[in-house]
Amino acid sequence: MGIPVPMATRIPVRITVNGVEYAAEVEPRLLLVHFLRDNLGLTGTHVGCDTSQCGACTVYLNGQSIKSCTVLAVQANGGEVTTIEGLAVGNDYDPVQQGFWEMHGLQCGYCTPGMIMSSHALLDRNPNPSEEEIRHALEGNLCRCTGYQNIVKAVQRAAELRAGK
Amino acid sequence: MFPSQFGYHKPGSVAEAVKLLQADPDAKIVAGGHSLIPAMKLRLAAPSALVDLSGIESLRGISVNGNVSIGAMTTYAQIRDSAKLKAALPVLADVAYNVGDPQVQSCGTLGGSLAHNDPAADFTAVLVALGASVKAVGPKGERTIPVEDLLVDLLTTSLAEDEVLTEIIIPGGTSAAAYEKFRHPASGYAVVGVAAAVKTGKGGVVDDAKIAITGCTSKATRAHAAEQAFIGKPLSAESIAAASAVAANGLDLNGDHYASADYRGHLVGVQTRRALERLA
Amino acid sequence: MVAEKLVGQPLKRKEDPRLITGAGNFLDDIKLTGMTHAYVVRSPFGHARITSIDTSRARAMPGVVGVFTGEDLAAVNPLPCAWPAAGGENNMNTPRVLALGEVHQVGDPVAVVVAETRYQAKDAAELVDISYEELGTVVDAYKATLDGAPQLHENAPNNVAVRWTCGKDADEVSAALAASDVRISQHIVNQRLIPTSMEPRGSIGRYDEGTGDYTLWATSQAPHVHRLLITAFILGIPEQKLRVISPDIGGGFGQKIFCYFDMPLVLWLSKAVGRPVKFFEDRSENYLSAAHGRDHITDVEIGASRDGKITALKVDTYANLGAYLSTVAPGIPTTLYGRMVAGCYKIPAIHVNVTGVYTNTAMVDAYRGAGRPEATFLIERVCDLVAQETGVDPAEVRRRNFIQPADFPYDTGIGMLPYDSGDYEKALDKALWNSSYADLRAEQARRRAKGNRKLLGIGLSSYVEVCGIAPSKYMGAQGWGAGLWESANVRIHLTGKVVVTTGSLPHGQGHETSFAQLVGDELGVPFDDIEVEWGDTLGTPFGFGTYGSRSLTVGGTAIYKSTAKIREKARLLAAHMLEANPEDVIWQDGKFQVKGSPESSKTMQEVALAAHVAYDLPEGMEPTLEATTFYDPPNCTFPFGTHICVVEVDADTGEIDLLRYVAVDDVGNVVNPLIVDGQVHGGIAQGLAQALFEGAVYSDNGELMTGTMNDYAIPKASQLPVYELDRTVTPSPVNPMGVKGAGEAGTIASTPCVANAVIDALAHLGVRHIDMPITPEKVWRATSAR
Repeated sequence: MGIPVPMATRIPVRITVNGVEYAAEVEPRLLLVHFLRDNLGLTGTHVGCDTSQCGACTVYLNGQSIKSCTVLAVQANGGEVTTIEGLAVGNDYDPVQQGFWEMHGLQCGYCTPGMIMSSHALLDRNPNPSEEEIRHALEGNLCRCTGYQNIVKAVQRAAELRAGK
Repeated sequence: MFPSQFGYHKPGSVAEAVKLLQADPDAKIVAGGHSLIPAMKLRLAAPSALVDLSGIESLRGISVNGNVSIGAMTTYAQIRDSAKLKAALPVLADVAYNVGDPQVQSCGTLGGSLAHNDPAADFTAVLVALGASVKAVGPKGERTIPVEDLLVDLLTTSLAEDEVLTEIIIPGGTSAAAYEKFRHPASGYAVVGVAAAVKTGKGGVVDDAKIAITGCTSKATRAHAAEQAFIGKPLSAESIAAASAVAANGLDLNGDHYASADYRGHLVGVQTRRALERLA
Repeated sequence: MVAEKLVGQPLKRKEDPRLITGAGNFLDDIKLTGMTHAYVVRSPFGHARITSIDTSRARAMPGVVGVFTGEDLAAVNPLPCAWPAAGGENNMNTPRVLALGEVHQVGDPVAVVVAETRYQAKDAAELVDISYEELGTVVDAYKATLDGAPQLHENAPNNVAVRWTCGKDADEVSAALAASDVRISQHIVNQRLIPTSMEPRGSIGRYDEGTGDYTLWATSQAPHVHRLLITAFILGIPEQKLRVISPDIGGGFGQKIFCYFDMPLVLWLSKAVGRPVKFFEDRSENYLSAAHGRDHITDVEIGASRDGKITALKVDTYANLGAYLSTVAPGIPTTLYGRMVAGCYKIPAIHVNVTGVYTNTAMVDAYRGAGRPEATFLIERVCDLVAQETGVDPAEVRRRNFIQPADFPYDTGIGMLPYDSGDYEKALDKALWNSSYADLRAEQARRRAKGNRKLLGIGLSSYVEVCGIAPSKYMGAQGWGAGLWESANVRIHLTGKVVVTTGSLPHGQGHETSFAQLVGDELGVPFDDIEVEWGDTLGTPFGFGTYGSRSLTVGGTAIYKSTAKIREKARLLAAHMLEANPEDVIWQDGKFQVKGSPESSKTMQEVALAAHVAYDLPEGMEPTLEATTFYDPPNCTFPFGTHICVVEVDADTGEIDLLRYVAVDDVGNVVNPLIVDGQVHGGIAQGLAQALFEGAVYSDNGELMTGTMNDYAIPKASQLPVYELDRTVTPSPVNPMGVKGAGEAGTIASTPCVANAVIDALAHLGVRHIDMPITPEKVWRATSAR
């Protein structure tokens, strides 16, 4: 009896991740998050749900925050991705990372990379957000540990740091 | 979690996309992918191939020239951040700001939302209220479809399998529009959404109005009775009350374990009142 | 130079640099050479007989290494339940690693595919052909006990898993109720919750053919316990042949305490296929089959005096335990719930009857708070019901019933250990003051008088909970199948650097930081020179893990005692080095000094060097500075506090707006206020979410209707308020640091606090109770019916 599975066609992609261009042949169904984690070993981007709610997989794609569990690697072909691993320069943390550390904006740390990427994207759009704007901008990122209060403070602190305060 | 196997095409033109769709009836268009890919991951959808429209530049963009024209592949983020739209029709940017979340807004597209026709989508109702229509291109060429006719039933549109939705056109002349959304606490989708748009004339008399309901019906649905309750009158406490009292009339309301049909019907009334109060 | 004390400072966490850079090492980040991936085929039915399984199509798929079913694992024992209810009836049924014959819930594991990649494993899993004969299902704990209900297990007639009582004799309490001036009865549902740590669960097994050793990496809150259960009870291999490693854990909230099928499965598979095997569940698998929490149906009868004193309490609870007994399931609705229903109050007559029930649902076990949230919800709703019935203000009802400071240690008479210390009124008064309670009541009265459609509600919750789950002697008497002490090894290396190994198992609590603060002060070593190691049975002495807010109170005390042992040895060595009489050498300002001549001193680092090079030690002294402690405390600790929540209810839609949340907690002394506040924040959010958002819903045929985050409402930043925190400090006399535990307090307090606030907003309309989650529709129904 035949096996009803389509041929696993592979498609060549070139994706620049954290400034380095990677070439690979991937199945069309390969999710970007699995490309990052399994193909490139960039395991800082996490998976916490199946339905695009939790945001643990948030990365930048072409300058915008996206959920890498809901984007195919082939859709990112030719694009530029920044992951949590690409934020710090050596031991110099990004202001958002610094804000999360200073304000205790994380506990277990599983949601943290996605939370930091979303916060970063917010501050790119809006360097001085109100508390309400921060909470709204984090609707796509779930945290089960902090109750969000210190995450809000972390983003506020990051905004200060980015402004050189 | 990830989808089963499929093929992938990224056409450079609408014509090429149409050809690909003609060649493979089980292929599906992927626009932003934020409804389709989750469904494929849950194995609720298994198209043979995806036709990715993201390589067709002509499908992106916003122009305001009396009418508002929005390319089908324009993302919610682009609508949300568009200064042109904020000036011409601010309701669109407001609604985009509250669709899903910022990451969804980065990917999700207006055309994709309409072609998917989720019963709890926001923009379906908003565009029905605004009297919008879409352009679609198929093997026989281009046609224009009013959004109200595009949305046929639950997750079903009048687009043919080999037709590509290319553009959304919102006619000018709307005096004011508002959208009232009651969000589901988990999904963020509308439990009930009420979109209202009016054209007012002399003395604030409403010359024309459209109200569309989403979230609680199989597709975005006009509330004709509510419209008739205040067309020809100024928006006043009385006319608004009259409209909201009949807003749920005739709607085939659905319910689930989060919110019953009765309750949704009640919300339709409250949110209609609130939407119209914002227009008054 | 006197170093500032580390304890009490809000130090930034040691854990964070790796976690904010994406360098954490979580289970799914681990890649082993030759590793394969397991995907589990699960039952789509709530209750069914497996009539056939055909794995041939799956086996033929690309990349498949093996396909296995329950038959293949028939020789493997079922999972153990380690905590039957003491003194009760226990009809034990525990799950098999893979189902054999029958399935009892949607999601029961039936077969497993091992393949080269997880994509291939899942592809093949879709082709495992299984035929079922469907059987009747029941999902409601009360209905399951009725005659005629579908039966899950032969040895559990009427699906009763556990029958248990505590407190005074039922008739005696009935008499006390009959004699009470005010009598109230209420049906209260404490709905089922899904814990939802952001990291789901998983495990990796590796069998080493050369040595016969197994290694298990697991998302485990208790690796030593899992080693014991997997070896001695499930697989029957010698305990020393298994090493269990918990990497960074992305939250647990109790769900990762338990032993799950995949842990022995990946070990068994690894031996069977000769390669390491990883299993990492999807979120929807986690929702289907990892343990849930709460799910009580309770009828409570209350007796009170006209002035609001509670005179009698009779509680009858049906606790849904799911399809099988999870690792510690029976202990939760018995010891940790039944024995805590008195709350902060002196109640002369209490009787609690608990029936634990099997249903065709996911297993239910400890979830953040574990029993105490259910108990606190009950008693705090009782206080408000009494207030409503008697017209006495809810704050006053609590005050009039409080156990008083002079009463401690206080025995509630229902079998809990004596409460250690407390000043409940002080916390209440502080919360009332911080919230401007009188002004809030005045504003509420004004709005009501004006018929304002924005209804103001003020909710209170005064709680006491039991933390530092131990002592072994007590827990043994409660049916717990092992000790419940904790271990710590502290050693100072030659270079003066310190390594602490603990049996506690942090998964977000920041032990690497707060334990280092504790040790730094006791040993006079800089914070950055201390490393806290955990999570590997190879490198840590046996420990019971982290849950029940026990890490600092029990595990921390073990560390503290180890530092004390080291300091004493070091003092003797310092005296030798200083050529002083040991009696004259004291530890002061972070070093050893000769009494009266502080210039004659040795630092801990100097002593450590001498202890290691061991050129010149006092007669009979062993080299090095190292100590291990196994600490079994004399009692639990009992944190307490009062929370106040202010809500505005939209009378038109039933929507609830959280205006303020004021918390006053007493967790005893505080090591790191940043961390303690964080624990309270997160706890409040989780408990609040039970009140307003979360609830697992099953269809009658056992399908989980809230099977994804699309349906199950984990709260978002935009849905939560600002928490206004404050503390009182009543040190616990139980441990030398005077700490009480902070991990669960917020969750325990906030659920009734928020529920009481919403119901209070509607009280003037005659609303007495609304079951949770209190959704807008329920509010609308409660108000529009009046």
